[in-house]
Amino acid sequence: MIKVENLHKSFDDLDVLKGISTTFEKGQTNLIIGQSGSGKTVFLKCMLGLFTPEEGYICFGSESYEELTPKKRRELRKQIGMVFQGGALFDSMTVEENVMFPLRMFAKATKSEMLDRVNEVLKRVNLTNANHKFPSEISGGMQKRVSIARAIVNRPKYLFCDEPNSGLDPRTATVIDNLIQEITHEFEITTVINTHDMNSVFEIGEKIVYLEGGHLAWEGNKDLIHKTNNKTVTDFVYSSNLFRKVRVAQQKGY
Amino acid sequence: MDYISSTGQYFIMIKDTFKRFTKGSVLRNLIIQEMNDLTVRSLGIVVFISFFIGAVVTIQTALNLNNPFIPKSLIGFAARQSIILEFSPTFVSIIMAGKVGSYITSSIGTMRVTEQIDALEIMGINSLNYLVFPKVVAMMFYPFVIAISMFVGILGAYAAGVFGGFVDGDLFLRGLQEDFVTFQLVYAFIKTIIFAFILATVPSFHGYYMKGGSLEVGKASTTSFVWTSVIIIVCNYIITQLLLS
Repeated sequence: MIKVENLHKSFDDLDVLKGISTTFEKGQTNLIIGQSGSGKTVFLKCMLGLFTPEEGYICFGSESYEELTPKKRRELRKQIGMVFQGGALFDSMTVEENVMFPLRMFAKATKSEMLDRVNEVLKRVNLTNANHKFPSEISGGMQKRVSIARAIVNRPKYLFCDEPNSGLDPRTATVIDNLIQEITHEFEITTVINTHDMNSVFEIGEKIVYLEGGHLAWEGNKDLIHKTNNKTVTDFVYSSNLFRKVRVAQQKGY
Repeated sequence: MDYISSTGQYFIMIKDTFKRFTKGSVLRNLIIQEMNDLTVRSLGIVVFISFFIGAVVTIQTALNLNNPFIPKSLIGFAARQSIILEFSPTFVSIIMAGKVGSYITSSIGTMRVTEQIDALEIMGINSLNYLVFPKVVAMMFYPFVIAISMFVGILGAYAAGVFGGFVDGDLFLRGLQEDFVTFQLVYAFIKTIIFAFILATVPSFHGYYMKGGSLEVGKASTTSFVWTSVIIIVCNYIITQLLLS
């Protein structure tokens, strides 16, 4: 579980996060949504420890990140997996080396044990026969799978995903969404996903946090989002013609 | 004000580079890789430039020696002094600022742009130690490159002088050995080691702290070359003043 309390973050004179409080539960996919510039990425980076908030605190389990010693913070980071928007795979390494990287850094295991673990997670993300390819030789969807495999290879307690299906076709995006959700349930991970994709919201939104102008404007889940009368949320979620028509149809009882 | 803050940030980077070391086996592989990329792969261009500059120095000196009272052995002496004292340690380092420096800035800058450095940090790895420390260690082998440059430069000087008909081979070799002060070689290698450190760290600084996209990576490479060259030239003056005057 991740608990965020009264989080404030600003850059020079610009207040980006203005007192966000929420809780992300273990074993469920938690989505952060909002317009561009609403503070989603800054919020995610504060949770990842890449930005230091001016006020408020973030608790991983029962421990506040701010109060942890540098050594404990490093230990905590080993329990965090991250799927970046662009994959952030190391260009000079093959798929296998990329996935093995966290194990080589931290695990006390033999090379064959590490290789077994790498093959196990690559199989889990349905990516076999790509071990010796470089990131530039595989598709965007495959890169995302490698990124997911690298994020889960150390069996993390927390998984963060920054726009995991951006730049992917709808079918691959759904596959990636489902994969993240399955992994979250299977390994009981606290997963936080930063997304713009409304398909993800309706597919895997077990908890949804809507940010607007640095404030938490709404929170709920994929079922509640259909019923909400919060205008800023409905304007955002139903901004596309397709979703608007679906909503109208639902309201008419079709 | 920006310069002061950047200077401070540079020294903080140096301090952080030597903290929280990466796992030994990983670091060893990275150092070997960097030695290959930064020094071994630069040998070709260094040898090529050194040979021809050595040759040109000899021809220029010979053509300017019109006075019959000045012995021809001075050609060998002048070639040795200019190659060992200045050309190889300083000007090869400036050439390396263009080759190695741009490579370091663009590779680290690209990692910054594509969030690979963030990925390292999130994993709990000291990205500065992982990225910069192997380059610093690899560049400590740079004096070997400069030693080769000195040897090839003098070889080029001999070839141009003797085969070009400017000086007799024996006279050239006599000039080469004339008034040789061992400390001048020590001075040359002391500054080479300092330049090696600058070559590894200044371009890393420009790559690591860059902001923006691919266009900014290009700009950072150019800025890094300019600053590395400026710092090498200023340090060259200070070291020369301290060690030789």
